[in-house]
Amino acid sequence: MTTATVTENAPATDSGSILLTLMKLRTFIALFAVIAFFSIFAPNFLSTANIILMSKHVALNAFLAMGMTFVIITGGIDLSVGSIVGLCGMVAGGLILNGIDLQFGYTMYFNVVEVCLITLAVGVVIGAVNGLLITKLNVAPFIATLGTLYVARGFALLSSDGQTFPNLVGKTELSTTGFGFLGSGRIIGLPVSIWILIVVALAAAYVAKYVPIGRQIFAVGGNERAARMSGIRVDRVKMFVYMFSGFCAAIVGIVISSELMASHPATGNSFELNAIAAAVLGGTSMSGGRGTIGGTIIGAFVIGILSDGLVMMGVSSFWQMVIKGIVIIVAVVVDQAQRRLQQQVTLMQLAKKG
Amino acid sequence: MAAETHETILKLDDVTKVYSGIVAVKHASLELKRGAVNVLVGENGAGKSTLMRMIAGVEKPSLGRILLDGKEVEFNSPADAQRHGIGMVFQELNLFGNLSVAENIFATREITRGIRGIDHKAQVEKANHFLDKLDAGISAETMVEDLPIGQQQLVEIAKAISLDTRILILDEPTSALSAAEVDILFKVIGELKAQGVAIVYISHRLEELMRIGDYITVLRDGQITGQAMVRDIDTKWIVRSMIGSDAKDFAKSVDHKLGKEAFRVEDICLPRRTGGLAVDHLSISVKTGEVLGIYGLMGAGRSEFFECVIGQHAHSTGKIFVAGEEIVAKDTSTRIRKGLALIPEDRQREGLVQVLSIASNLTLASLEKFVKFGVHISGEREQAAVKEQVRNLSIKAPNPDFDVTSMSGGNQQKVVIGKALMTNPKVLLMDEPSRGIDVGAKADVFRTMRRLAGEGLAILFSTSDLEEVMALSDRIVVMSNGKVTTILDRADATEELIVKAASEGHKSAEHKTIGEIA
Repeated sequence: MTTATVTENAPATDSGSILLTLMKLRTFIALFAVIAFFSIFAPNFLSTANIILMSKHVALNAFLAMGMTFVIITGGIDLSVGSIVGLCGMVAGGLILNGIDLQFGYTMYFNVVEVCLITLAVGVVIGAVNGLLITKLNVAPFIATLGTLYVARGFALLSSDGQTFPNLVGKTELSTTGFGFLGSGRIIGLPVSIWILIVVALAAAYVAKYVPIGRQIFAVGGNERAARMSGIRVDRVKMFVYMFSGFCAAIVGIVISSELMASHPATGNSFELNAIAAAVLGGTSMSGGRGTIGGTIIGAFVIGILSDGLVMMGVSSFWQMVIKGIVIIVAVVVDQAQRRLQQQVTLMQLAKKG
Repeated sequence: MAAETHETILKLDDVTKVYSGIVAVKHASLELKRGAVNVLVGENGAGKSTLMRMIAGVEKPSLGRILLDGKEVEFNSPADAQRHGIGMVFQELNLFGNLSVAENIFATREITRGIRGIDHKAQVEKANHFLDKLDAGISAETMVEDLPIGQQQLVEIAKAISLDTRILILDEPTSALSAAEVDILFKVIGELKAQGVAIVYISHRLEELMRIGDYITVLRDGQITGQAMVRDIDTKWIVRSMIGSDAKDFAKSVDHKLGKEAFRVEDICLPRRTGGLAVDHLSISVKTGEVLGIYGLMGAGRSEFFECVIGQHAHSTGKIFVAGEEIVAKDTSTRIRKGLALIPEDRQREGLVQVLSIASNLTLASLEKFVKFGVHISGEREQAAVKEQVRNLSIKAPNPDFDVTSMSGGNQQKVVIGKALMTNPKVLLMDEPSRGIDVGAKADVFRTMRRLAGEGLAILFSTSDLEEVMALSDRIVVMSNGKVTTILDRADATEELIVKAASEGHKSAEHKTIGEIA
């Protein structure tokens, strides 16, 4: 998506336009820069094993960042995704390990597909709660999702009394086996989680470009009042983005539990910040109305490669934080500069036309 | 009071103000008299506000000089003008809702006690003194946002008076005041006059001008078209000078048959947040092919009425019928689908999504028309529809994929109109469709309105431009203070009738008992 818009809009020839094009491609440039840097300085960086491992790390953040992108485009924020990851992991783990106790002596077990569907539904429901708080009760998105951040984390810890659900292998007689496939299985050489990411990302990019609700997401973020006046059901659009964000978080919860074959209630702590960082790095504007799924995925890769690469180079984790922070700030500064330049170029074109 | 004794305090000498491409004021010369009320009148966009903004230091003249007490001066900022004793009450209130009245009055010139910070007690005391002068009945410790709009206007006036100015500019100070509050304001103006302050008074309410003015200046299209002593003239003279004789480029009204009733509202009411009704038991009916002009002054409730019809005010009451069928649904989406469409007054805030392209803005309200297989927006169908609108409305867009903000105001307005038309409305509501666009685009918009009416649309448009409402409407409704004060056929309408009816709502509110007796 990014590439498409970039080439279409890059108009002409003079130096301002070239600079503008460079700035628009900044996320790509950043991606190539980190890849080039680490392939020189980090040993084994370009080995297939390492690339697949990194992709799996990146995928987790990319899921959350995609959901976050839609939310931010509408002008909101979703702080609860990290907690939803934790809670959904616990739901999946709990269902496989313990099933649902029906109180009268029976315990109901589900197969892995059903477990995944239930877990995804939990994520969507929490997203719906966020959406209802924001649309019907007029709570500011920051506060509403801060609240669900605590509530969801609390329930995650309550579900096991703070303990880990270990060893989620399942039992053949209950047909609860096979959970590990999602985290460690492979299809045609690629990890399953990467395939899921590709499918969800393509779907999200398609929605953004070719489905009415995608257009409406941008309209709501660009000018909510005008969107309302145009007959867009703004509340419905907002519900959708928070539910999608919850859905993405639930996927991450399942994938992480499946990778570890265990569910820990503190999983996903502060994941929301990485997701926001990836979205912003990918060109999503915090004031709403602008952003692309493609950009966000690239942003997630830049952040992921940066942290993995620094680990491989043996840079201390403290320095990693400093570097990550600087990269994010630079990204936003460049973003602002680009917008100013764009305005100038547009004005100049207008002036030329007379 | 002998007018001859008034001396000139400030003189505008042949000033011109040009904005990018638009001449707002052309070679205007104006003298403001000390100890007198200098009235300024003219239609919206005639250049009154621009003229005053130059005096208040908000804008600088492109050409010409400003002479204060005979000496040439140059104001670089409003603060600069204030230092020379010039204060202005703007039409749009410039208050901080989250601060108290006293804090507002003394904003930027707080009374301090050295390092011990702001002396709130002294500020409140002084502020109360000014408010008492206005008989405002407001405590200086109240938060401004808790005050009704009329009292906020009084706070703004108190702020201007507290500046201790030699020239006080009041831009439509009474637009939100009740008759009693207007009387008090006039009393205060009288006192200031006696102290030798030069008052500049801008208003659309002619009887107010006749009552309080000493000197009158009429502006039209940026030029001064009449200057006189108020006692020498009458309202007819004002209207004549305001309108002039040269006709603007209005689309010729084609005579076409009006059809059946297309749109009817009954008893539309909208309570105002601060009490009273913004739209007061309004009932109108419009036929297919009819253009109904709604004339009214600022705050008459025209925009609010349109917003009620399109479903932006959940707590409004009344019945709405489109083609005989009652619209029960409260939400905008359903109402648009039922054949209503609104072109909002504030293009930037309510009409356009600035981050989207021209094409996306056009199709925003009608996306479902281009959907294939339930979800997919068909690019071909969308582009074809966009092309058609661009052609029909003669939108000057080099490329529909460019940002909508890359176009001029007139073309942006056409995009907003196009967006509404793409929903295939039966009834088109246009709130000030010609506001803030250049002459050429205006003519295009008017032509489009006529064409659409000819095609059988029912059109309701609001305007505060007399000439426009006279030239474009088949019937004219005049609103004042939320009420319909008169409905005129085009044949019977005269400027004076309209102007008179436009301020009637305020009068009848105050003198109801007298009216009932009479």
